[in-house]
Amino acid sequence: MSDDNKLDFQQFRERVGDLRGKEYWRSLEELSRSEVFDEFFQSEFPQQALPLEKGVDRRDFVKLMGASVAMAGLTACRAPNETIIPYVNQPENLIPGRPLFFASAMPLGGYATGVLVESHMGRPTKIEGNPDHPSSLGASNSFQQASILGLYDPDRSQVVRRAGEISTWSEFVAALQPLLSAARTNGAGLRILTQTITSPSLGAQIQQMLTQYPGARWHQWEPVSGDNAREGARVAFGGYANVIYDFTKANVVVSLGSDFLSEGPAHLRYARDFSARRRVRQGDARPMNRLYAIEASPTNTGSVADHRFPVRPSEIESWARQVLAALGGAAAVPAADATPATPVAPQAMARDLAANRGASIVIAGEDQPPAVHALAHALNSALGNIGSTVLITDPVEVAPVNQLESIRQLVTDMNAGAVQTLVILGGNPAFDAPADFNFGGAYQKVPFRAHLSLYYDETSMLSHWHIPETHYLETWGDGRGHDGTVSIIQPLIAPLYNGRAASEVIGALVGGLDATPYQAVRNYWFGRGATEATWRQWLHDGLINGSALPARGATGAPPAVSTMDTVGAPQDGLELIIRHDPTIYDGRFANNAWLQELPKPNTKITWDNVMLMGPGTAEDLGFGGRERDPLVNERRTRMAELQHGNVRMELPVWVLPGHAEGAVTIFYGYGRRQGGEVATVKGPGFDTYPFRRSTTMHGGPGATVTMRSGSVYPIACTQEHQSIDPKIVGDRNIVRAATFAEYQTNPGFAHQGHHAEFELSDASMYPPFQYTGHAWAMAIDTTLCTGCNGCVAACVAENNISVVGKEEVVREREMHWLRIDRYFKGDPGNPEIYHQPVPCMQCENAPCEPVCPVAATSHSEEGLNDMTYNRCVGTRYCSNNCPYKVRRFNFFHYADYDTPALKPMRNPDVTVRTRGVMEKCTYCVQRINHARIEAAKQDRRVRDGEVVTACQQACPTQAIVFGDMNDPGSGVAQLKKEPTNYALLGELNTRPRTTYLATIRNPNPELAAAAAAGKAEAH
Amino acid sequence: MATPKDTTPVQEIRPTTQELRIPERFIPTPTIEPGHNFATITDHISSIVLRRKTPVGWFIGLLIAMGGVGLLSVSISYLVGKGVGIWGINHPVGWGMDIINFVWWIGIGHAGTLISAILLLLRQDWRTSINRFAEAMTLFAVASAGLYPALHTGRPWYDYWLFPYPNTMGLWPQFRSPLMWDVFAVSTYATVSLLFWYVGLIPDLATLRDRARNLWIKRVYGMFAMGWRGSARHWHRYEHAYLLLAGLSTPLVLSVHTIVSFDFAVAQIPGWHATFFPPYFVAGAVFAGFAMVLTLAIPARKFFRLEDFITMKHLENMGKILLATGLIVVYAYAMEWFYGWYSGNPFEIYMLKNRSTGPYMSMYAALWICNGLAPQLMWFKRFRTSTFWLFVVAMFVNVGMWLERFVIIPASLHRDFLPSSWGMYHGTFWDWSMFIGSIGLFFALLFLFVRILPMISIFEMRTLLPEAQAHTEEEGAH
Repeated sequence: MSDDNKLDFQQFRERVGDLRGKEYWRSLEELSRSEVFDEFFQSEFPQQALPLEKGVDRRDFVKLMGASVAMAGLTACRAPNETIIPYVNQPENLIPGRPLFFASAMPLGGYATGVLVESHMGRPTKIEGNPDHPSSLGASNSFQQASILGLYDPDRSQVVRRAGEISTWSEFVAALQPLLSAARTNGAGLRILTQTITSPSLGAQIQQMLTQYPGARWHQWEPVSGDNAREGARVAFGGYANVIYDFTKANVVVSLGSDFLSEGPAHLRYARDFSARRRVRQGDARPMNRLYAIEASPTNTGSVADHRFPVRPSEIESWARQVLAALGGAAAVPAADATPATPVAPQAMARDLAANRGASIVIAGEDQPPAVHALAHALNSALGNIGSTVLITDPVEVAPVNQLESIRQLVTDMNAGAVQTLVILGGNPAFDAPADFNFGGAYQKVPFRAHLSLYYDETSMLSHWHIPETHYLETWGDGRGHDGTVSIIQPLIAPLYNGRAASEVIGALVGGLDATPYQAVRNYWFGRGATEATWRQWLHDGLINGSALPARGATGAPPAVSTMDTVGAPQDGLELIIRHDPTIYDGRFANNAWLQELPKPNTKITWDNVMLMGPGTAEDLGFGGRERDPLVNERRTRMAELQHGNVRMELPVWVLPGHAEGAVTIFYGYGRRQGGEVATVKGPGFDTYPFRRSTTMHGGPGATVTMRSGSVYPIACTQEHQSIDPKIVGDRNIVRAATFAEYQTNPGFAHQGHHAEFELSDASMYPPFQYTGHAWAMAIDTTLCTGCNGCVAACVAENNISVVGKEEVVREREMHWLRIDRYFKGDPGNPEIYHQPVPCMQCENAPCEPVCPVAATSHSEEGLNDMTYNRCVGTRYCSNNCPYKVRRFNFFHYADYDTPALKPMRNPDVTVRTRGVMEKCTYCVQRINHARIEAAKQDRRVRDGEVVTACQQACPTQAIVFGDMNDPGSGVAQLKKEPTNYALLGELNTRPRTTYLATIRNPNPELAAAAAAGKAEAH
Repeated sequence: MATPKDTTPVQEIRPTTQELRIPERFIPTPTIEPGHNFATITDHISSIVLRRKTPVGWFIGLLIAMGGVGLLSVSISYLVGKGVGIWGINHPVGWGMDIINFVWWIGIGHAGTLISAILLLLRQDWRTSINRFAEAMTLFAVASAGLYPALHTGRPWYDYWLFPYPNTMGLWPQFRSPLMWDVFAVSTYATVSLLFWYVGLIPDLATLRDRARNLWIKRVYGMFAMGWRGSARHWHRYEHAYLLLAGLSTPLVLSVHTIVSFDFAVAQIPGWHATFFPPYFVAGAVFAGFAMVLTLAIPARKFFRLEDFITMKHLENMGKILLATGLIVVYAYAMEWFYGWYSGNPFEIYMLKNRSTGPYMSMYAALWICNGLAPQLMWFKRFRTSTFWLFVVAMFVNVGMWLERFVIIPASLHRDFLPSSWGMYHGTFWDWSMFIGSIGLFFALLFLFVRILPMISIFEMRTLLPEAQAHTEEEGAH
């Protein structure tokens, strides 16, 4: 308690000046937020004070308590002050229990993807894709789904800080003034550092700032930068360009290390388009497309490829060159001694491509060097794809630059003392800038450092000023999609934590203090011909129609391949591959527990980053065959020291079948030192950024790995290695697959396995139950599933599924109602990979139902296995007896009942489960009931497509189809008639309502024949 | 047959067979050593409770057992406070040591009922000296067993929903669930066992009442003796009631473990879903029960100098039962393999492969050694009549039967149908503390029992004497 208890009215005025909108205060002490008040409050209401101490800081405590005490109901009244336009219904009045949907857009890596946000009484609770937006077409990914948790995250920065001490926005603006007047006179020394920006209004603001301060400079840095793609396009097309692919027209696709199905701003769109050519249905004569994937580290795209060639990263270029040479491409220079493992493959690929001129795509991965990008463009050009399947537009970014060079320049200038003021708008360069730049060290030489970010993170720690940033659901903005389509980002809720948008900081720099983000965006577009009517239309639609960038005409000369840099011949020794993490991205989502607990594609690891390697490499390192080391791919693993350049680090080893031999993959984003409890304590992982130097942004040759036999590290992996064992998996007929050719001659292949004769038989002593009304069912096309996790994240968000943390996942207690099973088939060096999403099967003869002693799980008349949480006593018998093991038990009190910030996040239509009860997939019964009520009001049946489950809605490839089996016209009823439709473990006579369409792959017959010949030779 | 009031000091009369000069192999092993009369039996057994000084060993034993009870209390408090997550159970393995221990304890209880009821109906005289003890063991084992199903639920405070009681929710329990059947089977079993034990105790409680010197002890025993005066009418009613209870208990010997086996057999997990489970489980229960009786009787007999009443004949007979039921159990183990092979079902075949070569293979091997090999010693009279070897074999069987339930429950659940969901099960500290605690509870009750109640039925022992036999034969219409 400070000695100075006097009330300081000057302080009050400042506080009031900093308050917005509907903030109430009850006493001058509270207003001054003095320690006296705090102590009084703590002693008066200790029971209320205690649970909050951890998660929410003092200001919010006072705010939340104030809200309930003063009956102001602040938490429920956070609709933004400005007019926002609902997607479907005009909110004449909010109807409790009836959600409204608003169109907005989520920016990631600068690019905006259209979303629809479900809002309950002013609280956003769920994200869906915007069906009208070209980048999403209604699908959504795990980042979008989990952004709801990001919004309410109690660890978000909540207060302006000066050197770590609590301060105010107005003090920050005041502190800026002398610097700005200095900058106005001499101009130099003012720098801003942003992430990639596609926002036209923010771009214009920055341009205005640069005009106002001619000496000011703008730098950009984003760890997942796309620099290589930019440079590749520059080499190929003579300048920065944006490349858009049209997979609907492509018969043959060659991926050069590209994960176009789950990475990049357009991946949702590409996944949809790509899957449209793989949907094999009865009576549909269209041939399947064919995907060749040449990649080192298995990606989702590679996992669904018809041919996957695991090659070392340095070999990818020579593969591309050989294909180009085989096509007779101009001036192709095959790298000297490059001999791919399967020499026949590039030739066959080339023939396949040549047969599909103008209807093929060669696409290079973001991580590939510029040369590979340029080669891909050259191949597309040689194949006549440019203009048909490959469209070139002007860059979408406001100011495309080589970001590595941009931040290099900034660091050089900072070290040279040329930077007086640096304002960082978003991003965390002290953590994620190239390690050899020592950004943190250089940054501390800047006399005035300000950082705007969602979390008080590593960069904030080093800054003089930290300003909490608004979440995209809290503020106005705009941004472009992958094809340039502009979306207006409209907020769903007033800033929860008094954050500021980037436009406000720029506004403060330019001097227009009063410009709110709303005004900034609106003024920009009204200045460009918008009217009130078009504005409302844009907000309603979630995009500006016709704002996509026009395609350039086909470029005249094919790109000059001969002049391109080459990586050179493949080298001996281990190669290092550095990739961003598939679930926490570059580390910015490290505090998002939903994403932390999402099993990473292919490895199924949660809460950690590991060093991936192929089985052969592992064996060479003495971490060999499963029989010899019980720790391979169990819930514990061994550590190994990775050395690359002069960096050494111990990392847990994970063997991933299909990973290229002679290479190891590490993921960056983990190892956060600051920025939230989840990021730093619960899911610390390993900081691999030190390996990421300006010369080794994506890895490189010359890595050494040494096993550390002594140390054992626990890994929270949700699938153990048995699902790798082909003997076990094959016997059980879990995954059923055939080639397209086999399917054409024998469409019923899925039913010709062991015990197939018992499948879907009605053998029972009792008459079958009659479903006279609806009969809900699901069909999942495993051909289309890419294992992207969108459905899993959507399920978590929709159904209030608890996060259990790493330790509990290690104990095999993850709570996901929907999981994506992954199976390997064939040679562990290059297996076929299969994904199988497994929700509750809603069996008609459900093994779970008869064993419950209290009838907590029972059969509905529409065929659902209803779970009555408040009746459950928790014997777990149902889970034991479930052959699919889709039931999830609350071993502890997993749900967070205490953190106030998380309460408004939950879906009010779904019970938050308590400890000791079983839970499971309900087919989103709350959505069924909603549709049923709507239909009943209109005295009709629920129509097909009216009920969309959360997983189905998110799925970018529309692999999941849900509906009424009793309605012969419904999509699901049609799929159930497909010859490839099969019941998982159908021989148990469970009669599951969820069925699968067998996987069909379309390998090149020429290569299949060559492979068969090769095998025969080997024997 | 009124209890004689005898105030003479305890006489130890131990004539030896050698004096009779008959070759030993022709002498049948007696169920009671010669030289006893009504008075000596009554004296000897009641003196343990009333006269003899409480041995120091008893206090030490009880203290240790009470330590276990303390551990149990802590474990239960923590369990109810935190949730069943403190155990090692997880998603593939929903039942672990909770249900293993439940089945283990219930199985142990079976010997008591078998001895009391079936052997009574079969007129096996030798049961007399061990039935009281075995019945008490049954009750305490059921008490220990009952803890687990009650506490293994996620929300034990709602356990009463498993009982069919009229309620405002208008809901009955789900009668198709084997757990529901368990509730009835186990509660019936506990009730009948308690009644059987108590009814059997009444004449002896009266004896204790009559022989006690302390007024308050007299009153307490008198209260529980329910006015027993030993009149002919009392005996008549007593014999009827006891015979009826024996008749009621007999099906329970078979039904309880049959129904416990339904918990598994009704489910469809490979390793559970088998029609031979009921007889297999019943045999296993008797096997386990007799092993536990031996485990307890051998030291107790020594400690309280009861060799005259629990003779080698008893021990040898129990050894024979151990062998017979052990062979049934081994047959069941072999049949699992046969069914797995004969079904051609890949899940069943893998289950067996996983048992014998998977991560729990050592437990499966130990199971064969304990339950398959060790009881084979009982073929030989030399081992059957050695208290040391009987005790060793019994201990093997105690462990083996626990392992059997481990192999059945977690080792079947941990790898069932879809390899994606497979996992591992390891007991945690709290799993073990609860197990050790329940053993503590069992022994604490047992220690109290031997101190305050006659551990051998006094009046039934008296019927074994030649005097009693002669009397019966005179009256009997041969």
